[in-house]
Amino acid sequence: MIRIENVTKRFGAREAVRGVSLHLPRGTLCGLVGPDGAGKTTLLRMVAGVLAPTAGSITVGGARGYMPQRFSLYEDCTVEENMTLFGTLQGLRGKDLPQRSQELLRRYDLLPFRDRLAGRLSGGMKQKLALSAALLSEPEVLILDEPGTGVDPLSRREIWRALHGMHREGRTIVVATPSMDEAQLCSFLVFLSRGRVRERGTPGEICAAYPWTVLRVVGPERRDLREVLAACPCEECHAFGAAWHLAVRDEESARRALEEALARFGIEGYEISRVPPSLEDVFVFREEE
Amino acid sequence: MNAVDVRGLTKRYGNFSAVEDLSLGVPRGQVYGFLGPNGSGKSTTIRMLCGLLAPSGGEGTVLGVDFRKNPKELRQRIGYMSQKFSLYADLTVLENLRFYAGLYGLGGGALRRRVDTMVALADLEGQEKSLTGTLSAGVRQRLALGCALMHHPELLFLDEPTSGVDLRSRRRFWDLIYDLAAEGTTVLVTTHFMDEAEHCDHIGFIFRGRLVATDTPEGLKKRFPGTIYALETPSPPALLENLEEEKIPGVRDLYVFGPRLHAVVEGALPEALGRWSPREIPPSLEDVFVALVQDNERKGER
Repeated sequence: MIRIENVTKRFGAREAVRGVSLHLPRGTLCGLVGPDGAGKTTLLRMVAGVLAPTAGSITVGGARGYMPQRFSLYEDCTVEENMTLFGTLQGLRGKDLPQRSQELLRRYDLLPFRDRLAGRLSGGMKQKLALSAALLSEPEVLILDEPGTGVDPLSRREIWRALHGMHREGRTIVVATPSMDEAQLCSFLVFLSRGRVRERGTPGEICAAYPWTVLRVVGPERRDLREVLAACPCEECHAFGAAWHLAVRDEESARRALEEALARFGIEGYEISRVPPSLEDVFVFREEE
Repeated sequence: MNAVDVRGLTKRYGNFSAVEDLSLGVPRGQVYGFLGPNGSGKSTTIRMLCGLLAPSGGEGTVLGVDFRKNPKELRQRIGYMSQKFSLYADLTVLENLRFYAGLYGLGGGALRRRVDTMVALADLEGQEKSLTGTLSAGVRQRLALGCALMHHPELLFLDEPTSGVDLRSRRRFWDLIYDLAAEGTTVLVTTHFMDEAEHCDHIGFIFRGRLVATDTPEGLKKRFPGTIYALETPSPPALLENLEEEKIPGVRDLYVFGPRLHAVVEGALPEALGRWSPREIPPSLEDVFVALVQDNERKGER
């Protein structure tokens, strides 16, 4: 359980977090999304207890594990030495420590690298090591700042599998992520911008509240489409993997305008379809720098 | 002529082979995506191609230049933005750009003009006087790109340029990459974001130092071994655990994707999956990535 009540954090004149209130019941897997500089890291650091709020209060029910965004392990110690050190600091003793350490290193494919200096690991391997260290004492509440950043897709899946496993055990997890694919995997989402909570709800609720219709356009030459679509009237337009997504008010008139524009540019062999809005559609244009 | 044309590239550290017998051809003007798991040798390969790291073996040319013999000549013609590009945190955006321009021998009016061009190209208007240390990750990456492009490189190496950058900044960054490619710059880029890999003309997949697949994004997806089904369930993580315990023959992988569970199936749809309203879906590049890692791991174990 995490209860955040009217929390504000000021750094000099700058307000990084402004009057945030959130109640996350035990067993919530909460995704924290929002643009760079929205206050995600500051909020997480306060929940982790490493930073005091300027005003307001935070209550956390249970032991906390925290994985910061910046790699915080000892680069001049080996993988295994880091695990031993952090395990000891978390109060693990006797056989439990090497056992738990081995188990985590195996799960994240770090066992072959256990004698390597942490400073010599690739970015993704460092992330996995930091996560392993945060999980050593099986904390009740887990606070993770972008665990998937710099991590390859398979390792990212493994990390999320582990998070789902812990979620099913009833642990409370807060995880900041820049990836909407990852946000989709949370049970609850909080969208933060300029220090305030702008939106909250399950991924399904948030997508259902999106006001526009989304048209998906797939063409033979994706790059050519960029200019064509820029000429079409729509609320929003963005690349979506190999396709383009247009958010429109009225499907019929938007389709007509699109078809005309494509014909004018002499583009053939494209497909237009209506798709349900995804989190990426919902959030991509709300992220003002 | 290819921008990159190397054969048998190898880098060994003692018994450990970081890159092994890697051959690579990248046509000019292409956006080439270099994918692979963490620690598979992508950065090592790039550093060798830039002439920053001496290979243990291999031969070939980068921009027609023997990259082993003439690294200095090469460095005048290529740009390289590493995972941790060095910018001076206590200098402003403009000062960093001027510093890099000076390093490349620009001065006077030429320097001013080039710095102005870079501010526009890297989308840095309005940020010129900001201290680099206070910039958001997205703006910092664009500044790094501006610095790496200062000397008009014909070939640009980008090593995870968008790691730690938010969604909107990532899109802006890729717009810049497209613009560069449209002007004829060859771009070799590594990324762990598979939606970005979709934007590449061609992809090379590296595993434990070896190039194990190379094709267009579409080509890779067509070669995906198996069929993917989306299964409907109120709790995908719970179903994943249950189905994994069942060990259904033909199911090679299961993973949670948003509100559904995806099952990767070899051959016909197993009857046991029928009750979850399975719907066939096309593989994504992420599916391709995972399958390539798993297949190659299995080969390695044999």
